[in-house]
Amino acid sequence: MKTRAVLSVLGEDRVGIVAAIATALAENTVNIEDISQTIIDGIFSMTMLVTVDEDAHAFDDVQARLAEVAERIGMQITLQREDVFRFMHRV
Amino acid sequence: MLRISPEEIAETLVMVQQQHLDIRTVTLGISIAECSADTAEEMSRRLYERVTRAAERLVPVCEAIEREYGIPIRNKRISVSPVASVAGRCACDDLTPVARAMDRAAAAVGVDFIGGFSALVQKGVGHADDALIRSIPAALASTERVCSSVNVASTRAGINMDAIARMAHTIKETAALTAEADSIGCAKLVVFANMVEDNPFMAGAVHGAGEADVVVNVGISGPGVVRAVVAAMPETADLTAVAEAIKATSFKITRAGELVAREAARRLGVAMGIVDLSLAPTPAEGDSVADILEAMGVERCGAPGTTTALALLNDAVKKGGAMGTSSIGGLSGAFIPVSEDAGMVRAVACGALNLEKLEAMTAVCSVGLDMIAIPGDTPAETIAGIISDACAIGVINNKTTAARLIPVAGKKAGDHASWGGLLGAAPVMDVSAWSSAKLIARGGRMPAPLGSLRN
Repeated sequence: MKTRAVLSVLGEDRVGIVAAIATALAENTVNIEDISQTIIDGIFSMTMLVTVDEDAHAFDDVQARLAEVAERIGMQITLQREDVFRFMHRV
Repeated sequence: MLRISPEEIAETLVMVQQQHLDIRTVTLGISIAECSADTAEEMSRRLYERVTRAAERLVPVCEAIEREYGIPIRNKRISVSPVASVAGRCACDDLTPVARAMDRAAAAVGVDFIGGFSALVQKGVGHADDALIRSIPAALASTERVCSSVNVASTRAGINMDAIARMAHTIKETAALTAEADSIGCAKLVVFANMVEDNPFMAGAVHGAGEADVVVNVGISGPGVVRAVVAAMPETADLTAVAEAIKATSFKITRAGELVAREAARRLGVAMGIVDLSLAPTPAEGDSVADILEAMGVERCGAPGTTTALALLNDAVKKGGAMGTSSIGGLSGAFIPVSEDAGMVRAVACGALNLEKLEAMTAVCSVGLDMIAIPGDTPAETIAGIISDACAIGVINNKTTAARLIPVAGKKAGDHASWGGLLGAAPVMDVSAWSSAKLIARGGRMPAPLGSLRN
């Protein structure tokens, strides 16, 4: 089952954030479909639209792996199913 | 381009992470009609099996939804058919063993509360109702998770004043039996007028007679989100604009509830019941309905204008929520439980909010006199008077009202009572010293009101 999800990343800017996250995603068969990223006053903010292949890696496992990355690089990383955003803001 | 705008994503994250947006409760309603038996012991055994089987996956499923959607679900709970409605076949006078079985079942599946130790006696009291009411004090004193409710009035039947008098004594007795824990038993007991059958909120949750075998009901929360929106508006924004802003926010919160309700029902393989569009506070700072009223412009909750602000809030929440789901139900509106709302507690402590003002607020909110600590020596007749006033508002105005009063054993007005966790803590409130004993002693049933001459 392929599940679309939104990945958001927030924290102090530094070298290697995108690389660390993209590597973790690739290792978990998560495809990146779109990226939007900005830095305001040194705060790095990135939003990704991704597809999680739940047959290969369970949603839980991907979240757990991202939590490890978040811990290692000191960023706040959230992965949520996409429907929550669509549902909340659109009729 | 992302199909979802970064602004929408950021807004959702802020709502959850900073403004306490959460799903207050997912409540699994379970019919226990099949548990009817000749003895309380056999009924208890069947009930335990029925509940643990039906709710086996409730907690893990809710936890998975929380993780995947990033929206916390604060409570997972169970409601069962009113026990008195199933206990008719049982010849016993003591239903305490049934409450204990409910408690064990709730513990076994990991939920914090189970509701439905309940009876509906608005018109008359049957044998099983009588047994249930008699068992309430011992049942609440010897269990941790069981909640009890009794419906004593309805717009169709009027107000059963005898039942109210009896409930007042039951409350006193429950308070005495749980005296060592600030009479916590009474925090799990609510007296209703016009009880609804699909309410996901405790202590009044029951699984109604008109429901499917097992249903998922969801209660939404989010006073913090609404407060943030109102507080961000300029002081010059008029009340039309305030109502509009609350409506739009309520829509978004309700959508989150709708999504969780659909997912939970799908994953559990049961019917989706209702989404209760309520703003339910928690003791956490910032997650308060009183704070919203104060952000709207009353200096302290309880000041003149508070009832107006609450009426606006209650209505705007329903209007926004009604667009967000087609399964509105439960109590839907704003809850004002004193001890569970930091802003309410503050207002009581500084003398801005008293029992009489709370009674007036009952007329325009979802439930009414909720989680109010009163002196332990308050006479039962006075408690009955307070309950009957709340019921009168509900019956005459065709709405649900309730009273959850806690006469804290050994404490007097101004003292502090604490029950921990979600039940919170509150100052003991002053109660009128004037007696209602003669009125209550009359008993009988206050006739149902005339519905056609509406004025």
